Amino acid sequence: MSADESSNPGSTRRRVIEYFLGGGVFATFASFLYPVLRYVAPPPVADLGVNEVVAGKVGDLKPNSGAIFRFGNSPGLLILTSDGTYQALSATCTHLGCTVQYRGDLRQVWCPCHNGIYGIDGRNISGPPPKPLEAYDVHLRGDEIVVTTKRGA
Amino acid sequence: MISAIIRWLDERLHLDDLIAPFRHKTVPVHRLTYWYFFGGITLFLFGVQVITGILLLLYYNAGANEAFESVQYIMTKVRYGWLIRSIHSWSANLMILTAFAHMFSVLFLKAYRKPRELTWVSGMLLLFLVMGFGFSGYLLPWNTLAFFATKVGTAMVGQIPIVGQPVMVFLRGGPQVTGATLIRFFGFHVAVLPGLVVVLIAIHLFLVQRLGMSVPPKIEAEWIENPSARRDMKFFPNFLLREMMAWYVAIGVLGALAAIFPWNLGVKADPFGSAPAGIKPEWYFLFMFQTLKLIPSKVWFVDGEVLGVLGCGLVALLWLLLPFFESEPPSRPKRWITGLGIFALMYVTGMSIYGYLAK
Repeated sequence: MSADESSNPGSTRRRVIEYFLGGGVFATFASFLYPVLRYVAPPPVADLGVNEVVAGKVGDLKPNSGAIFRFGNSPGLLILTSDGTYQALSATCTHLGCTVQYRGDLRQVWCPCHNGIYGIDGRNISGPPPKPLEAYDVHLRGDEIVVTTKRGA
Repeated sequence: MISAIIRWLDERLHLDDLIAPFRHKTVPVHRLTYWYFFGGITLFLFGVQVITGILLLLYYNAGANEAFESVQYIMTKVRYGWLIRSIHSWSANLMILTAFAHMFSVLFLKAYRKPRELTWVSGMLLLFLVMGFGFSGYLLPWNTLAFFATKVGTAMVGQIPIVGQPVMVFLRGGPQVTGATLIRFFGFHVAVLPGLVVVLIAIHLFLVQRLGMSVPPKIEAEWIENPSARRDMKFFPNFLLREMMAWYVAIGVLGALAAIFPWNLGVKADPFGSAPAGIKPEWYFLFMFQTLKLIPSKVWFVDGEVLGVLGCGLVALLWLLLPFFESEPPSRPKRWITGLGIFALMYVTGMSIYGYLAK
């Protein structure tokens, strides 16, 4: 804009009006966008807040095998080792979130997606997993196998 | 910054050529110019439907066991879900209202006469499709009212001799209204009808663009008598900016309606429950509903229902072909068509009010 144009009161008035109009239209669109952005983000899924679950019954598992159970919103892996002790782990691979499985032939926990290997205690042994699987406490209540998150974990 | 981008695009795509036809287009200015806004408002509301419809698809779940719960979830759990759904419902109703206003204004301003017969036909087909949108979308929340409205509406199709039954079974996805019907209606509502409507809108707008705006015969006559009274306004940007102001008002009305009167969800449909008393279709089907109620069960030897449904179909067909009964300009438009239009407007309004008030 040249100097004499901006000194013209008519063009200043025009500019003020344009700011009002542009600001109004901008505010309108912002008021549309805000609810839409809030709408598009899914409401939080209720955290079931589970820290104890019955993972199965004694006798369901054969020694040297494992089974997946539901631990709140995520899967857990219950293993009966060949020496007869129970071990429970988070079944979500720490690499990219696949669900792991117990391999009796390896006596290790295996993630099929990228060949990650964990020990029975959840330690990451080989392959891409960066962290161990979270281990849970297991105790028996009658013939029910009860899995709980570790205290302080 | 923006002007630099526009210049960049212009150097490559020659935008000026693209908008040239819009620059040439003019809109006649006279005391009835405001009627030209209704088509644009209808188109704008259709745009609102597309956007809010896509948003609803993010959470909607078709299926007899999930549909009601998913809409309930949208209304109660999703942030601003109530607003999006209410805007979709209100905008649908307003769109049908403005489409009817547009149709009657074109009728009374004689804008359907030669050379615009096909514009009228494509517009009427759009109106039928819009009513199809209303009918199919109404079922999607799977509530009691929608369930029985769909039962009655599809049963009416079944009354048509010979083809009625197969068409009804096709619409319902079986002999009864079930979850299969819901899935079909969902498909019609979000895939089939939008596809058809987009093609027809393109044809309709092309014809409007190609043929220019019609001037009502009365005003044309005044202008011929007094040529200095003839006024035009550029479509781009003058008319378009006024149109956008009308859209702005429309969105204000829509937001207010949605916020003050959020759309009801009703009670989940129970296919084995009995129909609630005083059941009625949506307001834009009321005039047909009430007409059918008034026809006796036997007229001479024909079933009243069959007669009513066939009669409605015949009237719709004749209405679609209305321009072909009209005289060609410059001869005077036929009086009886204007009379028929006034009668139709009064009949539709009267029957709708009667249907609304009747028990």
